[in-house]
Amino acid sequence: MEKLTHIQGTIVAIPVNDIDTDQIIPARFLKVTDKEGLGKAAFCDWRYLDDGSTPNPDFILNDPAYGGASVLIAGNNFGCGSSREHAPWALIGAGFKAVISTEFADIFRNNALKNGLLPIIVDEETQQQLFSLAEEDPSTAVSVDVDAQRLTLPDGRQIQFPLDGFSKHCLLNGVDQLGYLLNLDNEVGAFEARNPQRVETTA
Amino acid sequence: MTNNGRARTLFEKVWDAHTVRDQSEDSPAVLYIDLHLVHEVTSPQAFSMLRERGLRVRRPDLTIGTMDHSTPTTPRNELGIIPVADAMAAKQLDTFTRNCEDYGIPMYALGDEHQGIVHVIGPEKGLTQPGMTIVCGDSHTSTHGAFGALAFGIGTSEVGHVLATQTLLQNKPKTMAVNVEGKLEEGVTAKDIILAIIARIGIGGGTGYVFEYRGEAIRDLSMEGRMTVCNMSIEGGARAGMVAPDDTTFEYISGRKHAPSGAEWDAALANWRRLPTDDEAVYDQEITLRADELIPMITYGTNPGMGMPITAAVPVPDDERDYNKKVALDKALAYMDLQPGQQLLGKPIDVVFIGSCTNSRISDLRQAAQFIAGRQVAESVRMMVVPGSQQVKRQAESEGLDDVFRAAGAEWREAGCSMCIAMNGDQLEPGQYAVSTSNRNFEGRQGKGGRTFLASPLTAAASAVAGVVSDPRAML
Ligand code: SF4
Repeated sequence: MEKLTHIQGTIVAIPVNDIDTDQIIPARFLKVTDKEGLGKAAFCDWRYLDDGSTPNPDFILNDPAYGGASVLIAGNNFGCGSSREHAPWALIGAGFKAVISTEFADIFRNNALKNGLLPIIVDEETQQQLFSLAEEDPSTAVSVDVDAQRLTLPDGRQIQFPLDGFSKHCLLNGVDQLGYLLNLDNEVGAFEARNPQRVETTA
Repeated sequence: MTNNGRARTLFEKVWDAHTVRDQSEDSPAVLYIDLHLVHEVTSPQAFSMLRERGLRVRRPDLTIGTMDHSTPTTPRNELGIIPVADAMAAKQLDTFTRNCEDYGIPMYALGDEHQGIVHVIGPEKGLTQPGMTIVCGDSHTSTHGAFGALAFGIGTSEVGHVLATQTLLQNKPKTMAVNVEGKLEEGVTAKDIILAIIARIGIGGGTGYVFEYRGEAIRDLSMEGRMTVCNMSIEGGARAGMVAPDDTTFEYISGRKHAPSGAEWDAALANWRRLPTDDEAVYDQEITLRADELIPMITYGTNPGMGMPITAAVPVPDDERDYNKKVALDKALAYMDLQPGQQLLGKPIDVVFIGSCTNSRISDLRQAAQFIAGRQVAESVRMMVVPGSQQVKRQAESEGLDDVFRAAGAEWREAGCSMCIAMNGDQLEPGQYAVSTSNRNFEGRQGKGGRTFLASPLTAAASAVAGVVSDPRAML
């Protein structure tokens, strides 16, 4: 994972509540065995008309004015539904570095953080303000300081957001959590010695 | 049972027994995992990561694989083989076979006599037991909580963590008691309980919580009913849902392939009996529902929280005070092509799907078959019955349920996720309406442009016969 310390980028809004992972990436794209090329499938069923290939002119991500946006502002409860990590992979593939919402589904949030996609929780007022700003001016940019857990709006207003210390450490240093767990080999071995296994699948 | 004199919930007891390292300011808890279920869709990138880093699978003997999501459910050919027509799916299945072979993980391949939906096979093989921690790269892992296990879905990176270390980093969730008091009326089932709970709390209502389902109506449910309830905990936003183990649980487990026996059974039973929540334990939150006030439920919208009693009318967006909710409702009704205030009863449907890890077990199939027996599926309706596993399929066939379904004009298929996820060839056509016993009615979930009404197997069967959304109570 690459280090993530700052994000500076323009915003695009999808002001829809409860965007589930089936919308972020429909199941028919889950037949892959790697992570490549999923960006093209992000929001596929909203992005294309019924034929599956003609871009839907009404969908915001097809508007060239928002082409380079790297921060997505979404409605409440983003990422609910399936545990597919293909959802953050697709968003990253589509160029996003952060998603802003008032609430994230647990598994999506975990998955996003493990891939360097930053979930930023803001209050509804800020969310609404960002919706308006994004709609009015596609060049609206925000900046994010990961270490300070601070989102800076175009008017200079600064907003603190929650981020657990461990995830922050991993983002800032570009380390993944597996290394941490692998280092606990002795402790895990001791746990296994104290606790007999419950089942044996190979039996 | 208390720990240092402190009364604990079922969840806390299981959590405490599995912390390799406690949560601290700097890091989440490290949780030991007793059983890891893997399937073909969410594992390939995790195995690739193991290969890149030269890691082994720490405990293949605590890991089991099955093929379910991208597998076709079309009947076998003359050679007894289920053909895979989709090249990408075939590659994914081959990759899975190779990964399980390379790392020594036992796996049930497509067509194997033990193969089936990952959340159906764990319990039926006796692998799912009280007090365990169970994970899978699949959000409906919550199903296994019906046994008093702490079971939850994880992402593919975490699948890699568990493969390599048998542990996970987890922040401790909060607890919510979900009390369902009183008795269910005839024709009202476990599925209706959980749809009512989700309609009440909303799909984000359980975010950050583990549910514990309690009360007379939960105690009265069979294990399969409890699995249906726990299965959809994730649709309420909760990572996991649990039910305290009791004699119903123990009877279900006893004698299954991986269940303990002899002296080991006695020892396990003694431990399991200590798991239920202590009397004085407190939950972070508590809600209560009356089972005797419930009637069959159905969803009308595009998330599982958009559900209502089947006799009710579709809500009117303009009546909604919360602007965001009004917009969401407008969008959902447009997708579903439904009118505000419309009754769903009597609405013509095209497809009925009985299956998925929510409702594809033998008791679900028996209930649907009993209803269908001597009746015919309406001409205009395609009814698919998809058993959750090969074992369920054999059991159903030995009871003649397949004949009942076929005689009524329904399709009897091979085991798998099928039309729950529409990535295996089983899917709705754009614009079609389905009454489905699965768990998600998101836009396109059952096929691009398809429209899903979630309901119980009984409601699904009644609707198949009538050709329109129907209240099964009127036809019992
Ligand atoms: S049946 Fe549906 S919900 Fe269950 S594991 Fe399969 S795809 Fe997921």
